Amino acid sequence: MNGTADICNHCRNMIREKEKGMKMSRHISTGPSSFIPENEIIGAMPLNDSTVMFLDEEFSGRMDNLTQVMGLHPHYLQAFLRCHYYLLRMDGPLPLHYRHYIAIMAAARHQCSTLVCQHVQEFEQIGVCSDWLRGLEFCPQRLRNLNEINKILAHRPWLITKQHIQALVKTGEHSWSLAELVHAVVLLAHFHALASFVFGSGVNPDPEVTEVNGVTDDICPPAMAGLCTCHLTNSNQGNRNPLRNPDTGSELEALMERMKRLLEEREDDDASEEEMFTRFEKEKKESLLVVSAGFDEEVVPPSPVARFVDDPSFGYQDFARHGEDNPPTFKAQDYTWEDHGFSLVNRLYSDIGHLLDDKFRTACDLTYYNMASHEGVDTSMLRRALFNYVHCMYGIRYDDYDYGEVNQLLERNLKVYIKTVTCYPERTTRRMYESYWHQFRHSEKVHVNLLLMEARMQAELLYALRAITHYMT
Amino acid sequence: MEKLTRVSTISGRTMFCHLDAPANAISVCRDATQVVVAGRNIFKIYGLEEDGFVERLNLRVGRKPSLNFSCADVMWHQMEENLLATAATNGAVVMWNLARPCRNKQEQLFTEHKRTVNKVCFHPTEVNMLLSGSQDGFMKCFDLRKKESVSTFSGQSESVRDVQFSIKDYFTFAASFENGNVQLWDIRRPDRYERMFTAHTGPVFCCDWHPEDRGWLATGGRDKMVKVWDMSTSRVKEIYCVQTIASVARVKWRPERRYHLATCSMMVDHNIYVWDVRRPFIPFATFEEHKDVTTGIVWRHQHDPYYLLSGSKDSTLYQHMFKDASRPVDRANPEGLCFGLFGDLAFAAKESLMSAPPSVGDVGRKTYPGGDRRYPIFFFKKPDVTEQFEQVSSALSVFESEAGSSVGMDWFINTAQSYLLSGKPFGELCEHNAQVAKRLNRPQESTTWTMLRIMFSEPANPSLSSNHNLNKSGNLPLVNSFSMKEMSAALSERNKENRQDNLHSLETNLNNNDENEETEGSEGQAEYLFGDAELDDDDLYSMEHDNQAAEEPEYLLPQEAFPLRHEIIDHPSAPEPVQERPESPHVSGSETESTCLTSTESFSLISVSQLLFSPHLPPKFFCPIVKEMLCYYAEQGDVQMAVSVLIVLGDRIRKEIDELTQEHWYMSYIDLLQRFELWNVSNEVIKLSTCGAIMCLNQTSTTLHINCSNCKRPMSNKGWICDRCHQCASVCAVCHHVVKGLFVWCQGCSHGGHLEHVMEWLKHSKHCPAGCGHLCEYT
Repeated sequence: MNGTADICNHCRNMIREKEKGMKMSRHISTGPSSFIPENEIIGAMPLNDSTVMFLDEEFSGRMDNLTQVMGLHPHYLQAFLRCHYYLLRMDGPLPLHYRHYIAIMAAARHQCSTLVCQHVQEFEQIGVCSDWLRGLEFCPQRLRNLNEINKILAHRPWLITKQHIQALVKTGEHSWSLAELVHAVVLLAHFHALASFVFGSGVNPDPEVTEVNGVTDDICPPAMAGLCTCHLTNSNQGNRNPLRNPDTGSELEALMERMKRLLEEREDDDASEEEMFTRFEKEKKESLLVVSAGFDEEVVPPSPVARFVDDPSFGYQDFARHGEDNPPTFKAQDYTWEDHGFSLVNRLYSDIGHLLDDKFRTACDLTYYNMASHEGVDTSMLRRALFNYVHCMYGIRYDDYDYGEVNQLLERNLKVYIKTVTCYPERTTRRMYESYWHQFRHSEKVHVNLLLMEARMQAELLYALRAITHYMT
Repeated sequence: MEKLTRVSTISGRTMFCHLDAPANAISVCRDATQVVVAGRNIFKIYGLEEDGFVERLNLRVGRKPSLNFSCADVMWHQMEENLLATAATNGAVVMWNLARPCRNKQEQLFTEHKRTVNKVCFHPTEVNMLLSGSQDGFMKCFDLRKKESVSTFSGQSESVRDVQFSIKDYFTFAASFENGNVQLWDIRRPDRYERMFTAHTGPVFCCDWHPEDRGWLATGGRDKMVKVWDMSTSRVKEIYCVQTIASVARVKWRPERRYHLATCSMMVDHNIYVWDVRRPFIPFATFEEHKDVTTGIVWRHQHDPYYLLSGSKDSTLYQHMFKDASRPVDRANPEGLCFGLFGDLAFAAKESLMSAPPSVGDVGRKTYPGGDRRYPIFFFKKPDVTEQFEQVSSALSVFESEAGSSVGMDWFINTAQSYLLSGKPFGELCEHNAQVAKRLNRPQESTTWTMLRIMFSEPANPSLSSNHNLNKSGNLPLVNSFSMKEMSAALSERNKENRQDNLHSLETNLNNNDENEETEGSEGQAEYLFGDAELDDDDLYSMEHDNQAAEEPEYLLPQEAFPLRHEIIDHPSAPEPVQERPESPHVSGSETESTCLTSTESFSLISVSQLLFSPHLPPKFFCPIVKEMLCYYAEQGDVQMAVSVLIVLGDRIRKEIDELTQEHWYMSYIDLLQRFELWNVSNEVIKLSTCGAIMCLNQTSTTLHINCSNCKRPMSNKGWICDRCHQCASVCAVCHHVVKGLFVWCQGCSHGGHLEHVMEWLKHSKHCPAGCGHLCEYT
């Protein structure tokens, strides 16, 4: 696995050398995603009229790459876009340029230059305070105060406490109102999660965006898709996959078999409480071992995005660490999205609750009853395992879930991928993307990404909103 | 018989005890002597004594408490006092028997649900029947004598949030769901629900059958409503609806009070409310003891309406006495008062108050002549014995504002429309605005504008150019004096004794001009004329030969011709508002004015024929005073003045006032303008503002949706070519070329084209250029 890292570094260095010398071609690969062949995406979009209308309105007809990739799931796309644009464009406590700036701050935490560029451009279009784009030190203190919760939410949301909220809300010159804060928090969580999706699906930066003149150009150097540049070597046109094992045909069958067995076992599985508890702990602990190889030592090269990042060394740390005092597990039943999160968020920022609710629900309930080539499969078990595994890594535990299922259903490669995408998405590589579920369609892998993204967003929101609730009581 | 069992022995007071952990649910045993509290980390039974709670039993035993102890809900059996049931967050339904001799009272464990169980419910009359509802969407009915469920009901939808057996109908139970539905089931028919209806948008967290009225069901949901449904008819009917301020977590009918129910909320709001459903706007009683959300409420005895028990996340258990409840009604203001858009005033109050003889000196009553101006509305209610409200009949009176009275906001509209905020030199703007204010009979504002001009405009220029003009033009002196009279009209009323002789000679000359001013001064073309007037002098003279001659001098001259004399007249009069209106709370404002006046006045007195103020007083000198003045206006509610001055002064003052205050003023003014539908003015203000937050108001909602004129589908991409039918959608009706820039079209026939082409066309023709026969109009 160390090999990967070496190649990556090697590539990166090589690219950097190249950049100095000559003008690189602007795109790593053609199409919306560097992981997914272009022809898989184009034409796979039976969008309904209202979505089209929406796109027209918001993008003036142009579909960016992110939308195209997400368009593999038109039903979800609609819920997503409605929420996305409500957050950025519609009535809300924060002024428009604040929203985009917060988006930039959030995306920059994960060095997601695709999103950063997009919102730098949007920010410029608003046409006020453009000197903020020169970096964090040029924006008002009020926004800079968000840095603290931005980095916590992005990397270790379980650390957020009511003191953080208090510090932001306490009366003073740069204070935030609760409504503004909730808006900001939702934006932060949204864009952290979106960064996960962008990296997880290898969404390419939009050519239109990178071609903007002036400030943007130096923020978005051509080859910085934020992706590990060794993708250059395996362009997605050639569908040759060196990793593919000849015997993977049985892999799918095995997974189906396990699902069936679990379903049957469930009836007579009388696991004791201790057993359940240990299973959760085990899963939590194991997630530690699931590390995407060798990146730990690597120092991320200072990218132009870094001007929007404060304290760049603050990164993900495992929730459950060996031999340390771990923060208490978040009991999902004590603070649920449906009961508590929704009520709070909707109270302070009207209507967003419904849109988020709709988005979560669509993502969780989305199914085509397909698994690779098999049809008529109930995938709810698999979906729930994915969702809960993400929450498990964030220390959120469901009393009514048997974490043994996760172990049975999610293979190691998939776990590596999940952990990378949710915890440090900037390290996702095409190799990881290809190393799990070989027979599955790309649209199914995008579906996995949607679930990861929503699970991550919900986890962040739950921690943040719980802190706000604690502050209020 | 039920009435006979009513216990008279219940007594106690409002009291509480600390629990070790947050409670999720509570339940009382039938004889109202014990209460069970359940939560994630607590499961205890407390005895209800006269003067406090006494812990009787801790059911949470064992070395390592299992998740079965982590309770989402608990219910005490109402027939069998030793039986309890809990719903665990891990999906288990647990039966407890207090009669068991060992420490562990767990009797049975049902682990059939796959997800968290939200609710358990014993049958009210059938001893061995227990019902549960779970997150997995299933409801299960258990027979306590058997090891497993006897029947399973599938809601065919999302999570079940509450299940309740009907108290009157033996076989019926209601279930509420996360998707907003409520289903009614017959316990004998597990295959299909009897009835289903959508009760709320979003989850229905709770439901409760009325203890006496057969078929009444109360539901509470995340949409902050409590609704009462009547199921006795063929169609389910919503009969009452109470709007609360937070999502409703529990609802419980109050015993012995037909229309009362108690609610507590899921988030944010910690109080317990008791509502009379017929009076949905204000709670009948409130209990405000808890410091965190209340999670469980229960009436202590099913026939006693005076004791309410509650458990909360703040780890306390309370017994509330009804007599200690706070009654919001008592604190509510029974009179209502509201201004209408056009200055009308509506006033509602108790009949008895209204019919009292008007007291002397009461301003409101004086404008209350009775007769046609008054519209009384009486509310009569049938007296109801059970109702505990005072009978009140209220009268509503409406006072119409007289046209032009001070109550109306005409001055605001007029001012907003007439003020000039940009497009001219600073001095002229001030002058114009001062005139406007004067015309609207607002001397203080007018004076302020004049003062501002004096304080901030460049010295020397006005006097020179005025002389120049005077020499050239023949009829100017006339108009000049006229405007002087205009300026001083208000003032002269007050200080006639010393000014009149000065003005007499002028006023005689004025009569003919007065008429002109009456007829033409109000034309809305002021701006247009100003633009022309600035061109140069020759233009002016050629124009003067036209009929409009009188207009021009009127607008032109004030800026140049009279400052010298104007100063003299104006200054002494300015402090007068202070003297004249001693009752007005203007102290700070008038002080600022008088200070600035004295300073300038002294200078002007010295140098009447020369400069108006000495050059060694920089404009900066005045900034603190002006700032104070702006704040004063804003405080007074005249944010219009504050913003207008802010815009006109621009950089001269902007840095003095902090950004947030400015933003606040702008927002208020824009809001006001939009309420009066003065869109143009509000847009101008937005454009002229310098706050970032205000300027981007113009960037919102700027999208215009258009459909292709050929295929009627939404246009995307570009405005002029349709992606779908590849036709050029917007073709100019005049030149038949594609319009890529400004496209203007008639709202009547929807033909149009290039702006300049259409303008040109409609000069010659009244009909639509497309030949459709429509009489288009270009305004």
